[in-house]
Amino acid sequence: METSTFTTKVGLAQMLKGGVIMDVVTPDQAKIAEEAGAVAVMALERVPADIRKDGGVSRMSDPEMIQGIIEAVTIPVMAKSRIGHFVEAQILEAIGVDYIDESEVLTPADEENHTNKHNFKVPFVCGARNLGEALRRITEGAAMIRTKGEAGTGNVVEAVRHARTMFAEIRRLQTLDPDELFVAAKNLQAPYELVKQIAELGRLPVVNFAAGGIATPADAALMMQLGVDGVFVGSGIFKSGNPAKRAKAIVEATTHFRDAKMLAEISRNLGEAMVGINIDTIPANELLAQRGW
Amino acid sequence: MPVGVLALQGAFIEHEQILQGLGVETVQVRLPEQLAQVERLIIPGGESTTIGKLLVRFDLLEPIQQRASEGMPIWGTCAGMILLAKEIAEGRAEGQPALGLMDITARRNAFGRQVNSFETNLNVPALGEEPFHAVFIRAPQIDNVGAEVETLASLEDGRIVAARQAKLLATAFHPELTGDARFHELFLGL
Repeated sequence: METSTFTTKVGLAQMLKGGVIMDVVTPDQAKIAEEAGAVAVMALERVPADIRKDGGVSRMSDPEMIQGIIEAVTIPVMAKSRIGHFVEAQILEAIGVDYIDESEVLTPADEENHTNKHNFKVPFVCGARNLGEALRRITEGAAMIRTKGEAGTGNVVEAVRHARTMFAEIRRLQTLDPDELFVAAKNLQAPYELVKQIAELGRLPVVNFAAGGIATPADAALMMQLGVDGVFVGSGIFKSGNPAKRAKAIVEATTHFRDAKMLAEISRNLGEAMVGINIDTIPANELLAQRGW
Repeated sequence: MPVGVLALQGAFIEHEQILQGLGVETVQVRLPEQLAQVERLIIPGGESTTIGKLLVRFDLLEPIQQRASEGMPIWGTCAGMILLAKEIAEGRAEGQPALGLMDITARRNAFGRQVNSFETNLNVPALGEEPFHAVFIRAPQIDNVGAEVETLASLEDGRIVAARQAKLLATAFHPELTGDARFHELFLGL
């Protein structure tokens, strides 16, 4: 019997496919998310919209608070560590979280190195803007990838950009002659073996979710139709007028993502969506997606 | 008629790929009209709370129970097994729907949290001598089986992880994640 193999790490993410992972800051919110049909919750002290508003250094959440959420629900609980902050990751592993998000939403702790995720029994999900970034994270041991999008904006445009970029780069690899994959690997700054595997599979070897700016059922279905395996919703639910209703609707839209009639039904009367931010009004040094490399 | 894979959430594509590899036509079941097109149904791994709630919201719970009573074979893997079970050891949370078709008591997250997920080789006499490589992810186990239920596989410590009752099959692990199609073939023979 072997525990915490790469197969079991990727396997949990496979079980989350077609589902919605929701940011929650209290056990009560976690219960609302579970009741709405979330497949997992991300336990954190402040949702990205508040991190953006408050400024300052953003760190791993209080283990006490995460523990409270673990006890409140039966679905898997994820939590965020800062990029490169492997001790925060050790603490999260010790309290028994089911997945760690090494996240650009928190302030990076290391501006060169991400955490060596092979050193952990708990699986990691990491953000990526393009294929090269995704493959570097997988090389470091990530068992799940998500688009970065631009968290806390309620604006899906960056998540769309990152998903389209990644899928276009995968399609391009599939058109190359095998002799050309060596240079492709060099240009992607990723290991040749992984690049060759992507060219053969036509997809990432791990589950790939969308994240960053998803605020409506239509946003979730858009990302699913673009080809992601599921969605993370951060500020979009608990910063909206009616979180329980919106959470339920986004779950339903992720299941029926190709059925426009169902989506029309699901999208009715949800109340106010979170107020969005246009990306071009955010100063360049405040863009979260620029963190990580 | 094709084989249905419940596609509300979870690892349904993995099941379809194995079935298609066996030359079997598949249908993703999200609504009652798709259920009507299939002759058997797989309930995949995923989150049982999510799948249970969506079964009710999209009016699939009673139609599946009805089809089961008419003899449609159903296989539940992991979350699917929890939904098939008549009893849950720790009790079902209030308002948590389930099919409750199979005379077993399932225990959720019986091996602990994600860091305790594991792989092992199982002896499954119904599949022949060669062991079956099984992947357990936040897996349930079967605490008790009824008189009509046949145990198909147990771990070395005796915990039951696969069982069959007439046309119903339950596995605590994920045959859709390994290349071995023998459990799929067993299900197609029910």
